[in-house]
Amino acid sequence: MSGECKTDSRLEKLLRSGKFAVTGECGPPRGADPEVIRKKCALLKDKADAFNITDNQTSVVRMSSISSAVIMMQQGLEPVMQMVCRDRNRIAIQSDILGGAALGIKNMLCLSGDHQKFGDHPQAKNVFDLDSIQLIQTVRRMRDEGKFLGGEEIKGVPRLFIGAAENPFADPFEIRVPRLAKKVAAGVEFIQTQCIFNLKKFGEWMKGVVDRGLHEKVFILGGVTPFKSFGMARYMAKNVPGMDVPDELLQRMKDTPKEQQADEGIKIAVETIQQLKEMPGISGVHIMAIEWEEKVGEIAEKAGLLPRPTV
Amino acid sequence: MVVGERKPFEEIMKMLEGHKKVMVLGCGGCVTVCLTGGQDAVRVLSSQIRMARDKDGNPIEIIEKTVERQCDPEYVDQVQEIVPDVDAVLSMACGAGVQFMAERYTKTPLYPALNTTFVGGSVKEGYYVERCQTCGECKLAYTGGICPIARCSKSLLNGPCGGSTKGKCEIDPNVDCGWQLILDRLRDLDQMDRYEQILEIADWRTSRDGGPRKMIREDFQR
Amino acid sequence: MEEFEPIIVAFCCHYCAYGAADLAGSMRLNYPTNIRVIRLPCSGKVTPVFILRAFEKGADGVYVAGCMEGDCHFIHGNLVSKPRVLYVKKLLQEVGLEPERVDFFNMSAAMGPRFAEVAREFTERIKQLGPSPLNKKYRKKSDQAA
Repeated sequence: MSGECKTDSRLEKLLRSGKFAVTGECGPPRGADPEVIRKKCALLKDKADAFNITDNQTSVVRMSSISSAVIMMQQGLEPVMQMVCRDRNRIAIQSDILGGAALGIKNMLCLSGDHQKFGDHPQAKNVFDLDSIQLIQTVRRMRDEGKFLGGEEIKGVPRLFIGAAENPFADPFEIRVPRLAKKVAAGVEFIQTQCIFNLKKFGEWMKGVVDRGLHEKVFILGGVTPFKSFGMARYMAKNVPGMDVPDELLQRMKDTPKEQQADEGIKIAVETIQQLKEMPGISGVHIMAIEWEEKVGEIAEKAGLLPRPTV
Repeated sequence: MVVGERKPFEEIMKMLEGHKKVMVLGCGGCVTVCLTGGQDAVRVLSSQIRMARDKDGNPIEIIEKTVERQCDPEYVDQVQEIVPDVDAVLSMACGAGVQFMAERYTKTPLYPALNTTFVGGSVKEGYYVERCQTCGECKLAYTGGICPIARCSKSLLNGPCGGSTKGKCEIDPNVDCGWQLILDRLRDLDQMDRYEQILEIADWRTSRDGGPRKMIREDFQR
Repeated sequence: MEEFEPIIVAFCCHYCAYGAADLAGSMRLNYPTNIRVIRLPCSGKVTPVFILRAFEKGADGVYVAGCMEGDCHFIHGNLVSKPRVLYVKKLLQEVGLEPERVDFFNMSAAMGPRFAEVAREFTERIKQLGPSPLNKKYRKKSDQAA
C-alpha cells in the first residue's frame, strides 16, 4: 500500500508505516456531562492508537459524535468520528464533515447506521439519503477533489482518513467479499470488521479478500469484543443480528464458573487477537469493549500490543 | 394499487361527533380491490356507525354511496346533488380521493375513513404487501426487478447491510431482506456481476423531496 | 315483568342446516321459537353486511350454520364463511355490542337433534346477555323505566 499519507492522522501514519494498529471504542454518554468521556479517556489513554466515537449507536440518543470527539482530543487521544446515514441528509453530512475536520478530527468511519427500530425513538423518520458506500464516495470527493456533492468547490478541504465497517458474518456470505470490494472501489482506506468469534468463517472471508488482493488496497482491522459473562455471549449469539458466535465458544463460557467468566472472556479475546496477528492481510485489531473500557488496556497488554508505538 | 387500511372505529366516531346526517362515500378503485373502501366496506362501516349512534340514543342518518373513483373530477361530480344535503362526508378513498373531494366541495367537511398505507399488491386475497415508494426514478433495471428503496428497511442502494440474517431483515424476522431478494434474483438471471457496480447517489428531486409532483400528457391538453 | 324473548336470526345453508331444521321438525324435536331461519344456497353467501343489517334491525343474536368441514356443496363456501363471521365479532365489539352475539356452527343435514341443540343453547346464551341495545321493543321499555 502506498506509504504516502493523505492526512495528519496518527492511525494512518502507523498503518502506512506497516505497524500493527490497535483501535478502541468509546460510547458517548446519554447526557451533557463531559466528565463521563474524560473518565473513559483516562482509562483508554495509550492503550490503543485511536478510538471510535460512536454516533448514536443502536439508535439511542447520545451526545454527538463530533463534540465527544473534541472532548477526547482535549484529553490527548485520537478519535475516529463515526457517522451514520440514518440521521442526516447529504447537506448535514457534508456540513458535519467540514465541522469535524475544522475541530481537528482526523479519522472518520462511514456507516449506514442501525435501524431506528432498535433505539429509544422507534417513532423517528429515518433519512438514508446516502448509504455507507456513497458516504465513503462523498468524503473521498470532498477530500481528494475538493468538491461538494453538488459540484461546488470547497475552500479548505477536510483532511480525513476514511474508514468503514464490514460484517463478514452477515448473509449472504458469498457477497461479503464483493461488498468489501465495492467499499474499496468507493475509496475506503481502512476497515474495522464486526466482532470476530467465528475465526474459521473469518479466515474463509479473509482468504477471499487476499485472493482478490483487496488487503493491498485497504487496511483491515479485525474486530474483537470480550464477553463479560455467559449471559452476554448468549445474548450476542441469539439477539444481535449479523453476529456469529460458535456453539463451542458459548459452551466454553457456560462451563466457566460465574466469577471467572469475565476473565475467560478476556482470555478468548486475547487468543483471538493472537490468531488475527498471524493471519495474512490483517493490519490491526479493533477492540470493542462495550461499556467495559477499563479492560481494553488489559487485553492489549496480554496480547502483547503494548506499549503502543509512537510516530 | 394504493392500499389503505380502515382507521380505528373510535377515531371515526370522534370525527362524526355532532353530525346528524352524513354521506359515507366509497371508491371503486384501488381500495375496493384491497377490500377496505369499496361498496361492501361502505355498507359495513355505515351499519356500524348507525348501530353505535343508535345504541347511545343519538341516531345518525347515513347516505351510502360509492363512485367509480374519487380521484377523478367527473366521478367526484356525481355526488354534487347529495353533498349539500349532508353535514359531512366520510370518504373511504385513499388520501388522494379524500383531497379531490375536499377540493371540489369546499363548504362541506371531509373526513378520511382510511389510513393510506402503501403502493403494493395482493399476494393472495386479503393479504397486501408494499412494493413501490414512488421515488420517481425507477432503478429496477439494475436490481433484478426488486426495489431496494421499497424493500430494504434502510432503502440502501448498495446493500445489504450487516444485519441481513438468513435472508431476513434485522428489524423483523418476518421481513425479507430486500437485498437478499435482489441477490437471489441476480443470481437466477446470471447477472451477479451487476452487484459490484456501485449505484450512484440518488437524485431525490423526482421523489416527494422535490415538492408535490405532477405528470402532464401534453397531447391531452386543450 | 314479561320474560325477555330474543330475536335470533339463523342463516342456514340449504344443503345442511336447513335440512337439519326440517329433520328436527319431522322428529318432533322442540327448539325455541326465537329462531328465525333464513335459507341460503351456501353459508359462503353470508357477508358481514348480512349480519350487521340483522343487528341494525334489532336482532339480539345472529348465527350462521354451514356444512361440516370438507362437505361443502361448493367445495369451500363454509371455510370462507367461518372467518368472516368471526371477523364480525370484532366489528360488533367496535360498536359496543358483545361479540358473543354472533357465531358460526357446522352441521350436516342428518343432524336434526344437533340443530335443535344449537338453537336451544344459542337462545339461552342470548337470554343471558339480555336484549341488544338496538332491539327497539325492549329499548322503549327501558327508556320508559328510566
